[in-house]
Amino acid sequence: MIDGRFRFDNFVVGAANRLAVSAVRAVADTPGVVYNPLFIYSSSGLGKTHLLGALGTQVKRLHPDLVVEYATLDDFVDQLHGAIASGQAEAFKRRYQSIGVLLLDDVQFLTGKPETQSEMLRVLNALQASGRQVVMTSDRPPSEIADVDERLVTRLSGGLIVDIGAPDYETRVAILRHKCLERGASFPPGVLEEVARVSAANVRELQGTLNRLIAQQAILDAPIGVEEARTMLGNANNNGLPNEFESFLSDVAVAVAQHVEGWRAKLSERINHWTRQGFRATALEQAMAAAEMPADLEALDARFAATVEHLRSLEAEAARINPAHAGLAIFRDPERVGDAEAFVAAEQSSQATLPAPDERLSFDSLRQTAQNEVAVLAAREIIEHPGARYNPLVVVGPAGAGKTHLVHAVANALRQRNGRVVRVACTTGEAFVEELIAAVQQGTVERWRAKYRSCDVFVLDGLEAVADKELTQDELFHLFNALVTRGAQLVFATQREPAALGTLAERMRSRLEGGLVVHVAIEVTEPAEVKKAAEAKQAVKSRAKPLVSAAVARRLTPLSITPPEGVSETVQGVSDSYFLDTEKIVLDWPDADGLLIEEMR
Amino acid sequence: MPVVNYSAREIVCKIVYVGPGRSGKTTNLQYIYDRVPSNRRGTMVSLATQTERTLFFDFLPLELGTISGFSTRFQLYTVPGQVYYRATRRLVLQGADGVIFVADSQRRQMDENVESLRDLHEYLAEQGTDPREFPLVMQYNKQDLPRDLITSTAILDETLNFRAVPSFAADALHGPGVFETLRAAAELVLGKLSTPVAAGMGTER
Repeated sequence: MIDGRFRFDNFVVGAANRLAVSAVRAVADTPGVVYNPLFIYSSSGLGKTHLLGALGTQVKRLHPDLVVEYATLDDFVDQLHGAIASGQAEAFKRRYQSIGVLLLDDVQFLTGKPETQSEMLRVLNALQASGRQVVMTSDRPPSEIADVDERLVTRLSGGLIVDIGAPDYETRVAILRHKCLERGASFPPGVLEEVARVSAANVRELQGTLNRLIAQQAILDAPIGVEEARTMLGNANNNGLPNEFESFLSDVAVAVAQHVEGWRAKLSERINHWTRQGFRATALEQAMAAAEMPADLEALDARFAATVEHLRSLEAEAARINPAHAGLAIFRDPERVGDAEAFVAAEQSSQATLPAPDERLSFDSLRQTAQNEVAVLAAREIIEHPGARYNPLVVVGPAGAGKTHLVHAVANALRQRNGRVVRVACTTGEAFVEELIAAVQQGTVERWRAKYRSCDVFVLDGLEAVADKELTQDELFHLFNALVTRGAQLVFATQREPAALGTLAERMRSRLEGGLVVHVAIEVTEPAEVKKAAEAKQAVKSRAKPLVSAAVARRLTPLSITPPEGVSETVQGVSDSYFLDTEKIVLDWPDADGLLIEEMR
Repeated sequence: MPVVNYSAREIVCKIVYVGPGRSGKTTNLQYIYDRVPSNRRGTMVSLATQTERTLFFDFLPLELGTISGFSTRFQLYTVPGQVYYRATRRLVLQGADGVIFVADSQRRQMDENVESLRDLHEYLAEQGTDPREFPLVMQYNKQDLPRDLITSTAILDETLNFRAVPSFAADALHGPGVFETLRAAAELVLGKLSTPVAAGMGTER
């Protein structure tokens, strides 16, 4: 519906809107002939809707036979959706194509409505092809309405685009006087001028201010003077004085926008955008300093954005590993993206969990005996001076000789050294081989390699497991060299001497023998537990003897013998080192008393 | 006249108020200073004698913020008007991107106006600057004084503004014309941005 209140005779024309009014008048006189489509844009509250309404009223008056349709874009969208929902899309199209003058308000809301855009493009094409007039308003020029199909922008810009500026002081006074006439209100001289001076440069707000004054005057039932008006308006704008600066500022902005080459402005805005986010924009700055516009400005911008995105993902990964890495300068310079990648790769490998030694196998619980004396001394030296004395240390000895305990003890001791973070890797030969196979399978050999190469102490228990694996040997060889070069300590445990490991490559063997090869043997002295067990056994015997004798005396009457309390437990607690192998000892003999009697016999 | 530095993405405009002594150059600056929000302006430097005559120069830096991606700054200077401060005037005018000539509208000051304008043109000639190309704006100040004391803007235009540069009637004490003049000067200066000279490579000032 066209609002009849909006007419040309109550629209105050000033310098800021003269062009728009002339264009609208011309269109009203000869719709569809000049300026088709006519596109009017301005900030809110400057009279776009009023002009549209005035145009509609005038066209109806001059050309009563023409169908004039006024709709806001929202109405248009609603109608379109309604038509589609009720299956009357065709009727919708026919209706709009029968219109003589289409007045469409607030088309900036086209943003992000692709269906509406395509429907509107069809309607506009149809209307214009048949010489019908289209007038649209928006709060910004067509080219600045975001997310609008290029074809529609071209269509909207195809006729005349006019803007309405903020009214100047004189126009504001004229508007206020006009409004007063309409409202039948009157003010003492100077009041309206004061309002025009103080009030914001927007007609709607101007009217709001006037309404307040009219209301106030009605309440007081007395004319409001200039001073009162000023007080009432609150002088919020500091006598309206900053406005003078603001308007100067906006003029300067327009002048700068006109005179700075478009690509430089765009580039500059991009640079500011990135630098505000903390990124260095060297590449863009270089393009900016160039005399000519770069041939591929868009591509340059896209490349830069992609690099920044890459840096962000690298930063996120680094922060995941260690939150302290977030915001490092290396992630803010697209020129150093390679360094950032290397940094993250290094972090990833260094953060990969290294196999840890068994904490129970501590150096304190290691017992020094004649069989492992040299090895323990060497271990102490290594703990004192890792990587400096015996590198590598190779501990040779049979299974059960305490190799594992020794090398784990070294690893544990180095781990806790002086509170310094020492990266210790302690693994078995089998696990080492398995890890490499898994890495080969997953294509993460690089990472696996970097993980071990980053350690300060490398302990491999069970070198023989590696000896017959070609690839693992190669890897171990390179790892060996890398670690020794870095001064990291290596410790190996093996059942046989390197020379006896036939499948071990010569180069590896010579390197192992270049350190210290120490032997450990199985301890033969009886430990305390074993003695205790023997005593317990003796106790069983001594307790059994009189019973057995009694049994014999009673002519071997079957008799049940219970072992003395606690004996069984004591025997079970005996270390296996006495028997060498747990399989070789039976702790709970079935029908023990019977057997014992058999023995005694 | 490089007003734009592409590598630093900044636009710096030096605008100098010249004119005969007591014509109201410092008053212009003071009016602007009072109207600019404090976050947009620097400290106004004023080197004046005890009788408030400008001794060396006044300086008012304005930060206009980022415009079209360029950090934009205006530096407003005044020169001492008296004839005998010629050397100081030369110094302050050095590197000016635009000049606002503040003429005193009082009838009896006409000769001083002419003398001062001649001095400006002499300076431009010394610098080898083509006065037709140089951004210049005229301000006819004190137009609020009684009619019989002042020269009309039409006559002032005829006498002083033979190059037909933008001219404004002003009352610098109360404000009318002050920002209009500055705006016109700013637009002329910024108009130089797109000329080949100004588009030179991010020359440091």
